[in-house]
Amino acid sequence: MSTTQSTKNCITLRGSAQIIVEYLKYGINSILFQRGIYPPETFENTQQYGITILMSKDKKIEEFLSNVLQQTEDWLAKNMIEKISMVITNAHTKEVLECWDFKMQAELGDGETGDATKLTSSKELKRIQNEIRDVMRQISATVSYLPLLDCICTFDVMLYTLQNCEIPEKWDETGAVFIQNAQAVQLRSFSTGLHKVDTVVNYKMAS
Amino acid sequence: MSQFNFLNELTSAMTLDGEITRGPAPRWQKKLEASAMANSLNGSINASRSVLSMSYNTSFSGVNPPARTPRKVSGDTKCKKTPTPSKGTKTPSGGDRFIPNRGTSNFELGHYLIKQEQDKSENDDNDNSNNANKKTPSKVERQKLISDSLQVGDTKSTRILCYQNKAPAAPESHQNPLKVVYSINTPLSTKSGSRFIPTTSDRILDAPDIINDYYLNLMDWSADNIVTVALGNAVYLWNAVTGNIDQLVEYEEGDHACALSWIQDGQILAIGNNTGVVELWDCNKSKRLRVMDGHSARVGTLAWNSFLVSSGSRDGSIIHHDVRAREHKVANLNGHTQEVCGLKWSTDFKHLASGGNDNLVNVWAAVSGGTGSGTEPLHVLNEHQAAVRALAWCPWQPNLLASGGGTADRCIKFWNVNNGSLVNSVDTKSQVCALLWSRNYKELISAHGFAHNQLTIWKYPSMIKQAELTGHTSRVLQMAMSPDGSTVISAGADETLRLWNCFAPDPHTAKKASKAASKAKQSVFRQSIR
Repeated sequence: MSTTQSTKNCITLRGSAQIIVEYLKYGINSILFQRGIYPPETFENTQQYGITILMSKDKKIEEFLSNVLQQTEDWLAKNMIEKISMVITNAHTKEVLECWDFKMQAELGDGETGDATKLTSSKELKRIQNEIRDVMRQISATVSYLPLLDCICTFDVMLYTLQNCEIPEKWDETGAVFIQNAQAVQLRSFSTGLHKVDTVVNYKMAS
Repeated sequence: MSQFNFLNELTSAMTLDGEITRGPAPRWQKKLEASAMANSLNGSINASRSVLSMSYNTSFSGVNPPARTPRKVSGDTKCKKTPTPSKGTKTPSGGDRFIPNRGTSNFELGHYLIKQEQDKSENDDNDNSNNANKKTPSKVERQKLISDSLQVGDTKSTRILCYQNKAPAAPESHQNPLKVVYSINTPLSTKSGSRFIPTTSDRILDAPDIINDYYLNLMDWSADNIVTVALGNAVYLWNAVTGNIDQLVEYEEGDHACALSWIQDGQILAIGNNTGVVELWDCNKSKRLRVMDGHSARVGTLAWNSFLVSSGSRDGSIIHHDVRAREHKVANLNGHTQEVCGLKWSTDFKHLASGGNDNLVNVWAAVSGGTGSGTEPLHVLNEHQAAVRALAWCPWQPNLLASGGGTADRCIKFWNVNNGSLVNSVDTKSQVCALLWSRNYKELISAHGFAHNQLTIWKYPSMIKQAELTGHTSRVLQMAMSPDGSTVISAGADETLRLWNCFAPDPHTAKKASKAASKAKQSVFRQSIR
């Protein structure tokens, strides 16, 4: 029994967190490019999930994302995150224009074990990546209905964590954001077996 | 007023243990209720359900309902779902295009119910001080859900954290490149080329009921100078020489043609329809020759290679049909995960290019000495950011493929299929619906949608705009070229077909050519049009 277990392809909680953080990295970069928030010449092509994704070359954005995502991965591996929001705001008026929610739901994977940290999932990596690819395609297809962001914009990432989560250095607690006259569209979801991720875009309806 | 009836019905339904106050309702009352049901799109589900679905659409980044904290998940993950799980994925088309939908929530009713609840509790306070504070548990629960959904509840269950060093804002000089997709005020800039290109259409034909679907191919122009076009559920033939119009076939209500393609030479027309079969028609006799099945969904694109017709379907597969053989199915290519909407054999028939809704362009190599192509793509070209419908092979350079992407992409890309490399990419600032290469000039023409619905003529390889042909008032769906290569016909979603005499051969070179081959047949088409 134990030998069959060890040869099986399995994903641990930490691995699941890695997969999701990778998705977030590509997803957020893709949104930054597709929504035209930063100049297209600051992006470069990369191949991931069998599709071409444009990644920001801007050092500051890269650094910001790597810091945020590193912390995200730590917390995800402990199942302490409920939701990750990427908020797009008008850089001058600070008005929130768009909000991309990545909602996390813990799943049991292969089944119950006494220790929550020892949960595993045997879902094939290829299948997970195909699911992610479909979401990524949908993200790039949203351009056709989302309103134009016709101003200088910036973005921020907010993590919705459990109450008992300690605030690390360089992190702040903040309030929820609100969009006036919001409309929400849910994209496809994917699952690693241990986490199910729903992607929802909230945007301001043109008045 | 019907809302009040509905509400009464709801309250009586919820106090199940109460005494029955009335018997079966009279007929007029039932009728009213029925209309009330129809008004609230959620039908007969209880009130908290409709309130909840409203909250789902309006809440964005506040507090989640407590049921979704990870701690509670163990044990009941499967059954506890959000009130409207994965609603967004249920588009009827199954593609990845989404139309925002608020249809499932009735805001007026939701607002009214909340107001009613508040008014009622206030009244209770005033009228009956004994019962004022006795709320049933279900009521308390409901109140909580409502307050949660309105985000006035406490935010204690979660913490919202963000990193201190924020990402930089875009540079001040930056202007959103997507603006071109939305604005219609940008002037058309074209560099006038060395030749005169008429920028208005030669002739406009009416095309009522043409299906405005990006994924279909509803027009083709044969070598015998016959234009076929599918309008509604009928297929028509327009003889470009005589101007005669024949109706080839009219499908039954609900069925329609999705793809039309002429054989290279002769009067055989292949029709792919919405049931997934490919039909062959002899247009001389207006007779259906055979029906070839194989697809499980509609056939949106067809391409001929002598006796072989390749069909691409919404199920993502491409099938080669040998039209001579009883067992017509030669090969089944599964390179796309979503609808195939572009399919073209190269001019030397050595390669087949397919474009799909999965943003991929696949290039398939023909089997040397055999029929069909290999079942594994030679190249998978994934640089497009949107569905690829427009595909065209260069007539003078058989290894050169041009492909154009949809709204999210807006690029024309040129590929060398020998090594699968990207040769050039041009942003057209509008969705690319169709592409054609000219045979008379080193130019190509692209058809676009919003904002200008124009046809653009590009010089190749410099990709300098030669002309913008405007006239269509809605996006151009399809383009086809006359057999002599001088005229382009475009079908627009504005229900017109427009003929553009944009590639008329240069009189000097034409004279030389006619001297060289004095017996060569003159274009019958040009004789008739002019």
